[in-house]
Amino acid sequence: MTAHAAIDPLRTRPEGVAGMVADIITVAKRNIIRVFRTPELLVFSTIQPIMFVLLFNYVFGGAIPIPGVEYINFLIPGIIIQTATFGASNTAIGLTEDLQAGIVDRFRSLPMARSAVLAGRVLADTLRNLWVILLSVGIGYLIGFRFQAGFVSAVLAILIATLFAFAMSWVFAAMGLLTKTPEAAQAAVFVPIFPFTFASSAFVPTETMPGWLQAFAENQPVTAAINAMRYLVLGESEFLNLNSGQVVEALAWSLLIFGVFFYVAVRLYRRSSE
Amino acid sequence: MLAVEVEHIKKHYGEVRALDGVDLSIPLGGVYGLLGPNGAGKTTLVRILATLLKPTSGRARVLGVDVTEDPGAIRRRIGLAGQSAAVDELLTGRENLEMVGRLYGFDRVEALRRADDVLERIDLAEAANRTVKTYSGGMRRRLDLAASLVGHPELLIMDEPTTGLDPRSRQDLWDLIEELVEEGTTLLLTTQYLEEADRLARQLVVIDNGKVISRGTPNQLKAQLGGDVLELHLEDMGKIRLVLEQLEGLGSSPASVNDETGLISLTVGEDTGAVVEALRRLDQAAVKLRDLSLRKPTLDDVFLTLTGHAAEVSEPEPATGRRRRRKAKSGDRP
Ligand SMILES: Nc1ncnc2c1ncn2[C@@H]1O[C@H](COP(=O)(O)OP(=O)(O)OP(=O)(O)O)[C@@H](O)[C@H]1O
Ligand SMILES: [Mg+2]
Repeated sequence: MTAHAAIDPLRTRPEGVAGMVADIITVAKRNIIRVFRTPELLVFSTIQPIMFVLLFNYVFGGAIPIPGVEYINFLIPGIIIQTATFGASNTAIGLTEDLQAGIVDRFRSLPMARSAVLAGRVLADTLRNLWVILLSVGIGYLIGFRFQAGFVSAVLAILIATLFAFAMSWVFAAMGLLTKTPEAAQAAVFVPIFPFTFASSAFVPTETMPGWLQAFAENQPVTAAINAMRYLVLGESEFLNLNSGQVVEALAWSLLIFGVFFYVAVRLYRRSSE
Repeated sequence: MLAVEVEHIKKHYGEVRALDGVDLSIPLGGVYGLLGPNGAGKTTLVRILATLLKPTSGRARVLGVDVTEDPGAIRRRIGLAGQSAAVDELLTGRENLEMVGRLYGFDRVEALRRADDVLERIDLAEAANRTVKTYSGGMRRRLDLAASLVGHPELLIMDEPTTGLDPRSRQDLWDLIEELVEEGTTLLLTTQYLEEADRLARQLVVIDNGKVISRGTPNQLKAQLGGDVLELHLEDMGKIRLVLEQLEGLGSSPASVNDETGLISLTVGEDTGAVVEALRRLDQAAVKLRDLSLRKPTLDDVFLTLTGHAAEVSEPEPATGRRRRRKAKSGDRP
């Protein structure tokens, strides 16, 4: 806009997509600073994967023999996707806190890209999730976890998990906009988290579940992401029914979830000004 | 061009008519005051003008731009200090303002330069590098105000900017507002305090129940009110009727009684003679007073005079959850 340049030549932010990216980074940076200044959050999101890896490995590890596979190698992908899903729920809580504190109103009153409020939050939460994913891998390494299928697969495994965390953040962004207060969000996020993370292939092979549950567990996105990661960690496995198609499936789920919930979240965000 | 032009704006939430057909035009320059009790619709109007809220019907133009057509263009040119401080607890004052500067479109250097300028101006330079968590309520409000100044707005909208400030901070803020006006900024400010509106605003509009009930200069409003109020608190409430009889013919309108508190108010204006006469008559009638005060008219009096209904009249809207200041206020008098 030329009028805008005339008003203030010091406003150097570019128009269009580049300006939007700049705003997303500004908002994400603010959210990342917040993470570092909330020691509780930092400590708990660090302890949680450590605890899960150790607990599940030593509690269930002996009870669930999986032929030809070290339990820890089976477990880590499950833990990672579960932790990433939990981690993504922070998007709902952070967003409602910002709504309540009036920060979102402040953003709305500024000449910034509207999408940056949501996208900056999701970006920051995804980066935090990536950190937790890497941490879980690191803890796993200390107690015997190893990528079995080579370096490229290992990198792809991390990427699949991060993409899934990103997509789930959009689900929780929409939930946050619906629930509006941190208290309500805190309670609401567990409704999808529990069935999807526990009725999945995270801790035990789905074959051990009753038929009806198995039908659900085998056809839902958390299992898809876990299986894809497992395939990338372990390589092909007849017994665990792991194959390269699952990577495609997980990608498809993540993109679908992202597409749908991005749309829903943006609609809800817009609607809140009516 | 006008700073603000509002034509018959309505905002309904289901049954609640937060705004029910408001017309307003605010010229460029100076301070324009928006007065009203709790729930009058002040914040709703402010949010519509700041493009945070879409009106149900009607038109609003800010700096010549329609709020629904090009909100982005408006946001570049206005600053908003909302009713509660919208600052990030975990960032420092300076980081908060730097972020706002970046989001206005300035590069890092310029954003920081402005942040420091504004911090200096609003007297927060010393606390600039502390997280907002450690700020007092008044400091937070000032920081919020600072954020609205970062963009050097042509129109600054402030929603009850002095609520929660101590007298000194309030005075400082009034001085700052006067400075800004001198620099050519137009200000729209909402308040519940007539004194504040009187001190700062050139033009006032009073709203209640989503409707404009009066407008004019502060002097015109005060003339409508009739000036100072003599307030009497009787030792013996049984004598209220007697006192009202005694006060007949004094003041610019008949004395009124607050049913809840038993306070008797008489608008005496500039007429100190009426005060002396009132006291003489009460003394003669052997009425004992527990307390007596001569006070400036408040917003309560504005409403008493403008709407004609007394402060404690109950509101005919049960399900909306509206809280009425008039009622609350009369309740917390001793
Ligand atoms: N989101 C909403 N949903 C329903 N009613 C609302 C909503 N926002 C405001 N209201 C109602 O609209 C009316 C006007 O509210 P508003 O906040 O504009 O008042 P105000 O003049 O700013 O009051 P205060 O002095 O308390 O800040 C009130 O009755 C309020 O309850
Ligand atoms: Mg208000």
